Amino acid sequence: MTGMQVIFLINALVSVLAGIMLATSRKLIHAGLWLILTLFGVAIMFGLLEASFLAIVQGVVYIGAIAILIIFAIMLTRETMEESHGKRTRWILTSIVALITLAGILLALLTWPQSSSLTLPLSEEQQSIAELGLALVDPERYLVPFEVASLLLLAALVGAVYVAVERKGEEK
Amino acid sequence: MIPLSWFLVFSAVLFSLGAFIAITRRNTIFILMGIELMLNAANINLLAFWRYLHAPAGDMDGLMFILIVFVAAAAEAAVGLALIVSAYRRRKTVIANELDTLKG
Amino acid sequence: MNLLLDPVNVIAEWLTRLMTGWGFSTGLVQFILFVIGAGVLSMGAMLFTVLLIWIERKLGGRFQDRIGPNRVGPWGIFQTIADMLKIFTKELIHPAGADKVLFNLAPILAVASVLALWAVVPFASTVIGVNINVGVLYILAVGGLGELGIILAGFGSNNKYALLGGFRAVAQLLSYEVPLAITLLVPVLLSGSMGMNDIAAAQNVWYIFLAPVAALVFFIASIAENGRAPFDLIEAGSEIVAGFNIEYSGLKFGMFYVADFLHAFTSAMIFSAIFLGGWQGPGAETIPLLGFVYMLIKTAVVYFVMLAIRFSLPRLRIDQMMNLNWKYLTPLALASVLLTAILDKVVPVSLMLVRVGVFLAGNVLLFLISDRLVALYRRGKEQERKIVSSPRPLAVSLLEPPAENQEVQP
Repeated sequence: MTGMQVIFLINALVSVLAGIMLATSRKLIHAGLWLILTLFGVAIMFGLLEASFLAIVQGVVYIGAIAILIIFAIMLTRETMEESHGKRTRWILTSIVALITLAGILLALLTWPQSSSLTLPLSEEQQSIAELGLALVDPERYLVPFEVASLLLLAALVGAVYVAVERKGEEK
Repeated sequence: MIPLSWFLVFSAVLFSLGAFIAITRRNTIFILMGIELMLNAANINLLAFWRYLHAPAGDMDGLMFILIVFVAAAAEAAVGLALIVSAYRRRKTVIANELDTLKG
Repeated sequence: MNLLLDPVNVIAEWLTRLMTGWGFSTGLVQFILFVIGAGVLSMGAMLFTVLLIWIERKLGGRFQDRIGPNRVGPWGIFQTIADMLKIFTKELIHPAGADKVLFNLAPILAVASVLALWAVVPFASTVIGVNINVGVLYILAVGGLGELGIILAGFGSNNKYALLGGFRAVAQLLSYEVPLAITLLVPVLLSGSMGMNDIAAAQNVWYIFLAPVAALVFFIASIAENGRAPFDLIEAGSEIVAGFNIEYSGLKFGMFYVADFLHAFTSAMIFSAIFLGGWQGPGAETIPLLGFVYMLIKTAVVYFVMLAIRFSLPRLRIDQMMNLNWKYLTPLALASVLLTAILDKVVPVSLMLVRVGVFLAGNVLLFLISDRLVALYRRGKEQERKIVSSPRPLAVSLLEPPAENQEVQP
């Protein structure tokens, strides 16, 4: 059992436990904190897959921005914080469906021959961020998705500000 | 050292957890959290497949896919939360069942 | 000689030999080494804070024309220890209705985020916590963690003023992350790498000479990120009592206190690593101790400038602060990145003096143009203001006849 495997197992255990606590927590703000722990676990997974840039970007974007935004929204909508555990049947039915889906995915996984392949070492230039940057601005490679993504962000920015601005006199 | 299947199992478990949250919870912010969890699970899946099967070949498709998913998730979270806060101001509720004025 | 050249690795190898001699496996030995390294770094940072608080209080006193603490020990150097003892022995009050998890987690997150920053600071050419190749992004990520601590403190205190302070604080911190992130791109552009040690090593000419506008924006943004004056409405003592840490007492408040002071010093260290050449200086490549001394001197100078600003300027209002960020700092940061990118390709690296001259000229030009634009904008805004009423004289001298006002009695 190598060190990387130990780290993977500990990380997977903590992330899945945090996910389960997230799914079953009563208070919304505690769920926000469990979400942050789960996202942190995902970032460590990215690090284990030798994508350090993506791991840190996950930390910046998800934990440093999206999670804080979610906590802000939780605080701004305060009256409905206590989530009542209504409809037990719905929970049980959904958990059965989720477990069946999970079992199906695992079955498909185990009958796939390449599922136990191990990693091949990466060459040096594939690990550099400069390669990533070059790929993003190369017209024959990924320039168009890059520009479309920036347009998407601009549209989201304008839309979110417009929707969330409280206009005077329109409340009643 | 770490077989590919371990990563895929982990992302499958996270995905089903996210689906469970998104279906059972009635609070829209909770549903959004479930969606974010599902997106993260998909990200791990993509990265694992890229790293194990395509990275030695030298193309960057997997990384690009993941970056675009990051961008889409961030944009969707921002707009979604703005909508939730705005809906809360009008209707004083964030429970998905009660936001039903378009029903019928 | 080896100890002088590469102290951390020599000590690590000696410890590894010692522990494998005791029979531990290599994985365990590595893990123990990591734990020892992290422990030494954080202990050093926390113990250094004691000295830092004393320096700040003495200097603050001198800036404000008073002496500062001078009772406890010569020149008051034991004042901080006395304060620490007082904070340790205070009662830990837990407000009724406060969420236990949030209330206790917030100071931990605040201190943890500051200590985590010490892992990527290059102290010398071979002494750095961990030389990840995305050190610059790591700084941004850890900053986000600190903001989380503040909003949890504000929310978990079950107190209106704490919540208000928490909201304002996170609004300020999130907004000022934007110019911080954009100006962090300028040293990355100039040095070609995101790792902190690579940036410090690539500065044959200090980047503050190549990009002064970016350095200025980064400096202002990092003062705002720390929550120091003039951006200290986070804990505006005279307005909302103490902001998000009203309900904290005893050691938890002490943690926030420590995080505040340490964050200022850490920001000064990062500024000097990125813009002032870090450990570069005559003879620093061969003797790491000299590099450490240079780093300390540069950090002390930057910290002194931060203190001077803190004790001289009044506090900004929140709308003035947001104005400053979104209307002035962010466009300036973007323009500076554009300018640096263009000039970096136009002037080749070989002609160093020409390069410095061209960069400096470009930056000065940028600053003058933006200054002019700001002046035009301000003048346009003033002309838009409607004159509602002009002052009317209440008394008129006897030599002049009364003008338009009928009710004036000579």
